[in-house]
Amino acid sequence: MSVPQYRKVAALALVAGLGFSLTACSTKSDDGGQEAGGKVTITVDCQPVGAQKELLANWNEDVAAFQQENPDIIIKSVSVGEQCNNPPDFTARLAGGTMTDVFYGYMTDVQQVLDAGQAMDITEYATKENIPTWDSVDPALKEVFTDGGKLYAVPVKNYSMGLVYNKVLFQKAGLDVDNPPKTWAEVRAAAKKISALGGGVAGYSEYSAGNTGGWHFTSLLYSQGGQVLSEDGKKAAFNDAAGKQVLQNLKDMRYGDNSMGSRQLLQWGDLLTNAGAGKVGMFIGAPDATQAIVSQFQGKFQDWAMAPLPGQDGPAKATLGGGEGYFFKKDLTPEQVKAGLKWIAYQKLTPGKGQFDYERAKPQNYPVGLPQPLLFANGSEAQKQEFDLRKANANLDTANFALFETNPVPIKGEPRNAQAIYAVLDSAMSGVLTDPDANIDALLKTAEEKVNQLLAAGS
Amino acid sequence: MAIITAPPPARQAASVPSASARRSRKLRDNLTGHAFLIGAVICFALFMWYPMIRGVVMSFQRTRRGETTWVGWDNYTRIIADPSFWTAWKNTLYFTVLALVLGYVVPFLVAILLNEFRHAKGYLRILVYLPVMLPPASALFLFKFYAYDPSEAGLFNAILASLGLPTSEWVQSPTMTMPAMVIASTWMNMGGAVLIYLAALQNIPGELYEAAELDGAGIVKRIWHVTIPQTKLILALLAMLQIVATMQLFIEPLILANGAGTQDSATSVAYLIYQHGFFQNDLNGAAALGVIMLLVLAAFSAVYVRLSTKEN
Repeated sequence: MSVPQYRKVAALALVAGLGFSLTACSTKSDDGGQEAGGKVTITVDCQPVGAQKELLANWNEDVAAFQQENPDIIIKSVSVGEQCNNPPDFTARLAGGTMTDVFYGYMTDVQQVLDAGQAMDITEYATKENIPTWDSVDPALKEVFTDGGKLYAVPVKNYSMGLVYNKVLFQKAGLDVDNPPKTWAEVRAAAKKISALGGGVAGYSEYSAGNTGGWHFTSLLYSQGGQVLSEDGKKAAFNDAAGKQVLQNLKDMRYGDNSMGSRQLLQWGDLLTNAGAGKVGMFIGAPDATQAIVSQFQGKFQDWAMAPLPGQDGPAKATLGGGEGYFFKKDLTPEQVKAGLKWIAYQKLTPGKGQFDYERAKPQNYPVGLPQPLLFANGSEAQKQEFDLRKANANLDTANFALFETNPVPIKGEPRNAQAIYAVLDSAMSGVLTDPDANIDALLKTAEEKVNQLLAAGS
Repeated sequence: MAIITAPPPARQAASVPSASARRSRKLRDNLTGHAFLIGAVICFALFMWYPMIRGVVMSFQRTRRGETTWVGWDNYTRIIADPSFWTAWKNTLYFTVLALVLGYVVPFLVAILLNEFRHAKGYLRILVYLPVMLPPASALFLFKFYAYDPSEAGLFNAILASLGLPTSEWVQSPTMTMPAMVIASTWMNMGGAVLIYLAALQNIPGELYEAAELDGAGIVKRIWHVTIPQTKLILALLAMLQIVATMQLFIEPLILANGAGTQDSATSVAYLIYQHGFFQNDLNGAAALGVIMLLVLAAFSAVYVRLSTKEN
């Protein structure tokens, strides 16, 4: 081959190779999910990651069983990380239009998903025919995923916060494990005793970074009877006596008593890592926080118990509730939506199956007997079935959660624009937890101004 | 004038190939070069130019309920009115200045020191360069959990305590957040600058130092009158590169201070972009802030380009 010919061939090969690689990189999934033989294919995210061996095996088992029951449906599972909705990943996928056909999201994500124009109105498909337990699903949860009278997601988990405490540390500190603190003054006294144990133990631990500080501020504020936004949602409403009390309580524990440990600016995994290591006496969280402590942070179930969220002088006036659901990507075919709903119904909303397959979970390192989720409405048939199964297969001491379960606190949802507001409130939380001279009034005033500006910009 | 404007003789015209023939000949000759170029052009177009143009376009738009509309300068006025905007710029500039003082001077002094060594030069260079090879996230986690632990168990606090000095809460303290980030950043990045300075120092003719010594110049005078003037171009270029790099401060606040840090003391412009884009459902605002940052960096880069041209 002469040199010029060689050069031509090399150039053509290079261009062709580049073309092939670009073609290979492109993704094409818009075939309507319809395959030869009339089968419907749907992609679903939030498949557990490889490290979560038992959960992954359960998921795959569920997919196989579901496909056997529904031979016309093919489920393609996608794993998007251990935390199914890590906000930066979620936003990137949403903006890029690369969500799976049926995708996981938080209750606070509704606005963002709708703004991105990625969600499908599934109102006409969410029926008993596609989800046999649909009539039993708590209407309040359906309402959270409804906007302008249209349903955009199916709720699959809900929670509310209480006081999570370490029984071992309580005993060591001479505290009564069956009589945990009911007020913030009692929390403070208990935290002081627990931190006196030394060894880097924090009596009470709290978040102040990565938007988790604002999230917990909201729950603490609800406990005081306060609210984040005004009734019309147009103004910040936390710069009041309730908001000041929240920060004052934390400042007193952090710098008055030195009972919150030296390391601050904690976010989700930081606090739970310390808790798993037995270095946290109390924190506020939902029942599934204990599950994370055990399955992800090497803690033990028997060490943890839960009480209702404390209030300032008596029971908490309210607590923060939240949850998760599955959205449906826009432009799915009716067959795909129905297939997706059937899958969600099977794996998330059927007592004895999927997440409610307590018999399967019982021998696994996975809690059975936690008081939540409470997806089904009070008195419904599905709720009765789920409770019976939960009780029969409990693998943890349900007495540890009895106080929390039998003393329900009114649940309030998260504010509109929650993540943006939480980011602002992080600053107030970090202020009182890292600066002994922090001026609470100034911190709240600054946060109030920022939130008002956010709300004005978003309206 | 008549000669110049006269048409060329017909014979001459026949011997010169037409413009299109010349172009196709040129194309044939450079076929391989063009083919290789296509890859780079496509990559740049797809992953650099298109996102940049898209970012600029997005900064003038707003997407709500799946509908994108043109909003003019709204995103810019909104983002500038955000109280965190000025905090972020103030923090970023503070970091840049601190990084110039510490991160710029220290590598130069280390390079001078290394240049003076007669033995173990290679070993010491590797030692200085080693942190550059460490993934930034790992290096920063080392600092966060080992060096900057606010209790007395933390490395730095243990050293300070053993010397009888007051300890610090490091990244948890609003006043120490920035210095702590600069120390970690300097440790991580100085290896590259040291190697560049070393190369520049070795190009300085030894006679200049000998002459200075004969004139009775001590080490400080030799650095001031010989080393700095001989390396001033490299010094200026690295200063510009450092400013451009430090103004993009992101991973240090993200890891060391879990984002915004205590009372926004770590919020940088790049982190604010991330916060708007990925946590506040405001990709358009993030794009506007990105464009503002681009313009500021472009101004610094223009200085850098001018200096490079001068060097050439």
